[in-house]
Amino acid sequence: MIRTAAILFRKDLLVEVRTLQSLTAMVLFSVMAFVLFHFGLDRDTISGSLAAGVLWVTLLLATVLAVTRLFVAEREQGGFETLLLAPIDRTAVFVGKAASLFTFLVAVEIVALPAFDILLLQGTILDGMPQLLAVVLLADVGLAAVGALVAALGAETDARELVVPLLLMPLLVPVVIAAAKASAPLLSEPAASAHLGRWLLMLTFYDLAFVLVSLGVFDYLLED
Amino acid sequence: MLHLLAQTPALPLDEAGKYVAAAYGVFVTILVVYVAIIGARFARVERELNELADMAEEHDELGQREPEHVA
Amino acid sequence: MVFGNGLRALALVTAAALALAMGLIFFYAPLEADQGFVQKIFYLHVPLAIVALCGWVAGGIFGIQLLRTGDRKWDYRSYVAIHMSLIYGVAVLLTGSIWAKASWGHWWVWGEPTLVSFLIVFLLYCTYQPMRFSIADPEKQGRYAAVFAITAGAFVPLNFMAVRLATPLVHPRVFTRVAGDLPGSMRLTWLVSLVAIALLFVTLCKLELTSKSAKDNLRRLRRRLEARDEAAAERAFVGAN
Repeated sequence: MIRTAAILFRKDLLVEVRTLQSLTAMVLFSVMAFVLFHFGLDRDTISGSLAAGVLWVTLLLATVLAVTRLFVAEREQGGFETLLLAPIDRTAVFVGKAASLFTFLVAVEIVALPAFDILLLQGTILDGMPQLLAVVLLADVGLAAVGALVAALGAETDARELVVPLLLMPLLVPVVIAAAKASAPLLSEPAASAHLGRWLLMLTFYDLAFVLVSLGVFDYLLED
Repeated sequence: MLHLLAQTPALPLDEAGKYVAAAYGVFVTILVVYVAIIGARFARVERELNELADMAEEHDELGQREPEHVA
Repeated sequence: MVFGNGLRALALVTAAALALAMGLIFFYAPLEADQGFVQKIFYLHVPLAIVALCGWVAGGIFGIQLLRTGDRKWDYRSYVAIHMSLIYGVAVLLTGSIWAKASWGHWWVWGEPTLVSFLIVFLLYCTYQPMRFSIADPEKQGRYAAVFAITAGAFVPLNFMAVRLATPLVHPRVFTRVAGDLPGSMRLTWLVSLVAIALLFVTLCKLELTSKSAKDNLRRLRRRLEARDEAAAERAFVGAN
């Protein structure tokens, strides 16, 4: 199962590297969102819980973009039939897709976090650093798992663009809560880390719960 | 929330009554509307059943007339 | 697939329970010291919320049963439970808002974590019907709906924990009062109300299930009769030629 997942994961990465569609969209969206927030909030710099909120809501919306497109290659080039005819475990598809989504998120964050730092923080992001990285990575796992599940749920409907965001946003509220609460002190000046353990624990718990749920139900999706 | 409650004085009975009545009224209204919708659905089922019963009886009459054609 | 057995008895028991609850609420339970008469809304709002949440989780459990057995009756049960909880949810949000306005002067309060997380769960389940009906094939629709029901059902407790953790613990919340300091007469009233509201939920679900299966059986009957009519008409045509 792992090998199949790895193959699917590599295929997705290769497709993305060649076309760069999703990644460019996500990066541009994030940077544009930061600019909009500058004007919308009428602030040059933000910190603390305001900064955490801007960062995480932006990342959440960028995830929505990626999720809507997660199965698009399969749909357009008839890859679905090939996938379904092959005697592979559906869970391999889940692991592969979730891994791709996770990688996309990390790639986007490599650009978006420095952009956020330059545009809206005052270059202070490194103060919160190794802890902020832990928060981001744990949150990404949750975003990737739930994102892959919702992508599959929406894969066969025509109302995909409506269903995916409306499904994703409530489901990801706990991630936003935990990540924002954890990041807020890390993004203040001076960077502190109040209660970090509690929020990291919540993120871990959420990630575990939804990875297990997805592994359990994914077999019943994409079945034909 | 308790300390908030301690600060806000209880509303006088006539005003409070309106809010309580509104809340229970919402509940009863939703309930009645729901029952009405289910009732409408059952009425449609009855109508269609009526149509089908007529259709079935017509069909039987036709069936009885057929042997005459064959002969 | 018959759902209507025992509906009449259930409805009568529900009516009796509701009458008893109303009587206790307005004639037995004492007036509360801080909130006065407004507190009576609590006997309606909280049971509605608890039953709605249980209904959503039940929808998820029925979804698991559908995936495990493939028996369509679980799909019916899952759909109706989720749908009924959604209607109850509207009542929860409206009564909660009225209670908030009467108690604290605002139509919405972010400081009450149970109300906030209820709103999030409600918004999630609002997408159930649009998502479900955008899939044409009925078997696939049932399967995907079951997956949604299971995921969302697992989400309900997670979400409550997350929001509760996020809300500052400065204010002791109403639920802690419910669990802890309710005097005996209030607790009895609250329990009776909870049971009555739960019975009402089950009765209404049974009612809707009966109406749905009646409609479906009607469709089966119609299809069979029309097919027979067509076959007879063909035979008559052939015979005439």
